[in-house]
Amino acid sequence: MCVVPGILSRLFGGAERQSVGEAPLPGQKVSRRSTGFNEFIRSVSREDGLKILDLGATSPANITFMTGLGHRFHQEDVLHLASDKSLIIPNGDGGTTVDVDRFLRENLCFKRAEFDAVMFWDLADFLPEPLVKPLIERIHVAMKPGGMMLAFFHTKDAGPDAPFYRYNIAAKDTLELQPIRGFRLQRVFNSRHVENLFREYASIKFFLGRDNIREVLVVR
Amino acid sequence: MWKRKEEEQITPEFSTAGSPVGPAVPAPARPAEAVRGEGLRSAEVATIGKSVVVKGELSGSEDLILDGEVEGSITLRGQTLTVGPNGRVRANIEARNVILHGRVNGNIKAAERVDLRKSASLTGDIVTARISIEDGAFFKGGIDIQKPEPAARVEPKPQTSAASATVPPSLSAQGTLLEPKKL
Repeated sequence: MCVVPGILSRLFGGAERQSVGEAPLPGQKVSRRSTGFNEFIRSVSREDGLKILDLGATSPANITFMTGLGHRFHQEDVLHLASDKSLIIPNGDGGTTVDVDRFLRENLCFKRAEFDAVMFWDLADFLPEPLVKPLIERIHVAMKPGGMMLAFFHTKDAGPDAPFYRYNIAAKDTLELQPIRGFRLQRVFNSRHVENLFREYASIKFFLGRDNIREVLVVR
Repeated sequence: MWKRKEEEQITPEFSTAGSPVGPAVPAPARPAEAVRGEGLRSAEVATIGKSVVVKGELSGSEDLILDGEVEGSITLRGQTLTVGPNGRVRANIEARNVILHGRVNGNIKAAERVDLRKSASLTGDIVTARISIEDGAFFKGGIDIQKPEPAARVEPKPQTSAASATVPPSLSAQGTLLEPKKL
């Protein structure tokens, strides 16, 4: 009897259930169906000429996909920019902190209501703590009223070794996750924390995944 | 009898498949000679070597490999600009094709194509018809994809081989050609 490797796991939903929280092998890409992303894409597909902001790691696939829909695309790899060691300053208590003012002066310098949609991915879980809230506030200013943001949050079951990924758009409902080394999960938000984080926004919608990821669609 | 002819040797491709992408680890610099092999023959291109610093307006009517530093503006309408791995540009760029291995701070307007190779770092906006970004390239800015206009192409003039760190006559630098930096 011949068994095609992986066919059983695919039959029983293994490909979809492949946990984002499980550490993949180096260079291994993980395919993931995403209901939240599907809804996000449906929203931005209704008209062309939108301005889309991607705050994740630079992804050629995302640029191709979004410009293919007729949108203008803006890329700003926030985690990469936040990992600049020159941003670390003394906090006055003998410890260190991130120079938030300088970070916001040099990055994310957008016009008011510039973007129709934002792909935030899971940055809030990986960014230095002092940057998270100011970043969400800056995005709030940069988004148009009614604009949509897609964000992911790990649940506590993901564990501290959950890898950071480059999220590549593979299809309207599928993301290809490419692990990037060098970043550690900093914290886990529960639903209440997430709601507080986006309390200035008009609405928030949760999609509970089966893989320790909570998908969130936020409307400005 | 079984020896390969030199002409049959193939310039190695720089594949990114499976290569780890670490933002804190810069990609190793590649010599300009390796860049030169990627679609451009040395006889057809001018070169600005890595010790050259140009401040001002750089324009020309032939392909250019830039491995030095330029501050100002670069206009190569109808031609290809390749910024080598040692290239540092603080200028707006206008060309037919732009291939980046080095660092650019400025906006790029390319009639046909922009290629960001894995060691590239671009902070600025891109307006072009086609774009390619390798894994590992850093990009911060906006992208506006525009359909190519059916414009007449400017044919490059036949050119003798250009030596490194020289600016050929068809390239005009309306600025200061500074002394080579001490390495």
